[in-house]
Amino acid sequence: MSNLIRNNAIVNDEWTTVTLPAGEEVVRKQAGKVVMFKLTGEQSCTPEQIAATVIPASGKIIVPLSVWLARKAELAPRLAKGELGIWLATHEVLESLIDAVDDINQLPIIAVFVERFADGRIFSIGTLLRTRYSYKNELRAFGDVLRDQLFFLKRSGFDSYLIRADRSAEDALASLQDFSQPYQGAVDETQPVWRRVQR
Amino acid sequence: MYKYDEIDQAIVDQRVDQYRDQVRRFLAGELSDEEFRPLRLQNGLYIQRHAPMLRIAVPYGTLSSRQLHKLGDIAQRYDRGYGHFSTRQNLQLNWPKLEDTPDILAELATVQMHAIQTSGNCIRNITTDQFAGVAPDEVIDPRAVAEIIRQWSTFHPEFALLPRKFKIAVSGTKQDRAIVQAHDIGLEFYYDDQQKMAIKVWVGGGLGRTPILGSVIREHLEWQHILTYCEAIIRVYNLHGRRDNSFKARIKILAKALGIDEFRRQVDEEWQHLKDGPNTITEAELARVSQYFTAMPYENLPAHDAGFDSAIASNPAFAAWVKRCVHAHKQSGYRAVTLSLKPHGKAPGDITSEQMHVVADLAEKYSFGELRASHEQNLILTDVKLSDLYSVWEVARANGLATPNIGLLTDIICCPGGDFCSLANAKSIPIAEAIQMQFDNLDYLHDIGELELNISGCMNACGHHHVGHIGILGVDKDGSEWYQVTLGGKQGNDASLGTVIGRAFAAEEMPGVVQRLIEVYLRERTDEERFIDTVRRIGITPFKEHVYAKQEEATHV
Repeated sequence: MSNLIRNNAIVNDEWTTVTLPAGEEVVRKQAGKVVMFKLTGEQSCTPEQIAATVIPASGKIIVPLSVWLARKAELAPRLAKGELGIWLATHEVLESLIDAVDDINQLPIIAVFVERFADGRIFSIGTLLRTRYSYKNELRAFGDVLRDQLFFLKRSGFDSYLIRADRSAEDALASLQDFSQPYQGAVDETQPVWRRVQR
Repeated sequence: MYKYDEIDQAIVDQRVDQYRDQVRRFLAGELSDEEFRPLRLQNGLYIQRHAPMLRIAVPYGTLSSRQLHKLGDIAQRYDRGYGHFSTRQNLQLNWPKLEDTPDILAELATVQMHAIQTSGNCIRNITTDQFAGVAPDEVIDPRAVAEIIRQWSTFHPEFALLPRKFKIAVSGTKQDRAIVQAHDIGLEFYYDDQQKMAIKVWVGGGLGRTPILGSVIREHLEWQHILTYCEAIIRVYNLHGRRDNSFKARIKILAKALGIDEFRRQVDEEWQHLKDGPNTITEAELARVSQYFTAMPYENLPAHDAGFDSAIASNPAFAAWVKRCVHAHKQSGYRAVTLSLKPHGKAPGDITSEQMHVVADLAEKYSFGELRASHEQNLILTDVKLSDLYSVWEVARANGLATPNIGLLTDIICCPGGDFCSLANAKSIPIAEAIQMQFDNLDYLHDIGELELNISGCMNACGHHHVGHIGILGVDKDGSEWYQVTLGGKQGNDASLGTVIGRAFAAEEMPGVVQRLIEVYLRERTDEERFIDTVRRIGITPFKEHVYAKQEEATHV
């Protein structure tokens, strides 16, 4: 069964997410502890990984930002057919995605990969895509996506959530209704409570 | 104080349901420890040494009698009959059961309270001056704006999972009592030359492992832009703050790394997009919230009360209490009263259920049913008539709440330390108790005069030791507990961070070390000098020499 929630329903995923082949993973440590988060702007893959990324010959695909940037000529026809979306990880710089396409709304889907639940950069990335860059199409969160982020993701402009494979999307669906009247204006409801309701 | 309408109530009620389900899933094994951790922390629940600790939010330190009665009941029913007021004006329960925490939150919701964002990497409880609204030196009462910030920050979706915790303090007085310079964002309210309410914005202050006083990021911000400007600051931080190393993840590290000018440039660039957006505060909303913070229905009273004057003259114990625990008020014939939670030999900030009920009754009877918690870990009745002070004192004294030590050496600010906290390197409460017993002579204590002594059990600095005139920090050396001493820290407009005087001491040496510091002060002080003034004038060397000279002698004997 699908684990994709879109527009408040569990639906089948039409898109294939293309991933980079495993590179040499350098385990970084600080004070004996493994470093869990990459810094914003940190290098995310090597030219070899980009070159070795296998692109399915047909069908709707979501490719990594780094692959799109390096292999634009090859992938442009897919974009023209409306069969190509782009994903980026939370540590990647959003502006490089913006600069990488003529019009952000050419993309039928943008996906943001969150490696760890506690990485809240995804909320700012969603907010910026919707407000600053006026992105209107599907915005998907995937990776360590669990039900307790969904309410915040929804409010940050996401409308599509691929729940981590070992968890139930059905359970997660309920959390979108956790709060009926949020205080502050955000992406989904731009008006703060004091502009919406006569208090 | 602010009263919930159905919207506020729905949010705390729905939060209880959400949290109850999170606990259920955790206990059912559907959530791992690691997954439950950020969820429980956002609700103030720590897993401690002996039991969980639940931190209950007291927004900007304001409580009603009804709420304090409820806290007393909860501490009795779900804990061991006491609670602990923290340096963030919150109340902590040290022994609740995890399974009971949803019920505790449901009880709290019935009196318009919660534990939302009292911990975790999110915007924490907003703090302010405990005398807000009644202080004679107040320029602007910041509570209405603090409440607006509280609401805006509650479940702010973009800032739900920041690199690290985020603390905001607001102040509207000439003498800063909210330590705005030691906060991630400090907001200092004033009237500008157009007589409009404006804010000086400080950013990047904080204590903890890397103590830094904040920098001014904006001298003049019109009040209606507070939320959007804070959004700009926190967005830059959320995207660029370090997440790879939790010791370097606070905004102060980012602001230092970029430099305040570059940081300001990035914030201003963000703000250009947010400014005048929907989260700009309207006059109507400020007016709506402000109506909850208008002046109390004071009586017109003369500045003097004959009964009070004669009680002062005839009763030295009462006079000593008035001198230390009673504070000026902007309304004629009224005073603010601090009820000391620092009786000598008890854990600073602790209060029993019985005491909570006593204080709630006092507030009900003598202070319009409201009270405050201070970041110095005491409770305050803000609006007591001069003629009622004697009655208040009698009740307070009978219940161990009238130690006349406010602002003195034994009014120690102290974190829970190694007795409770799993982060701590060393115990802090027994050190506080031992120092209090060393200076138990009240005449001597009063002679020493104003002195702030702060103790933290680890470098996270919950006891704010860096800004104590004398700061004590628990450190771990090869598995045993040692204490490092700093001198010359200070909160307020002329805030400063203390300097370490030298090698650390064993626990049993600490009362003697403080004694020797005091000896130097008593020897060197001029007539009008407080301890901190003497330290600032003569520097730490004489103190250091005296403390360690004695040490050397002792080892050679």
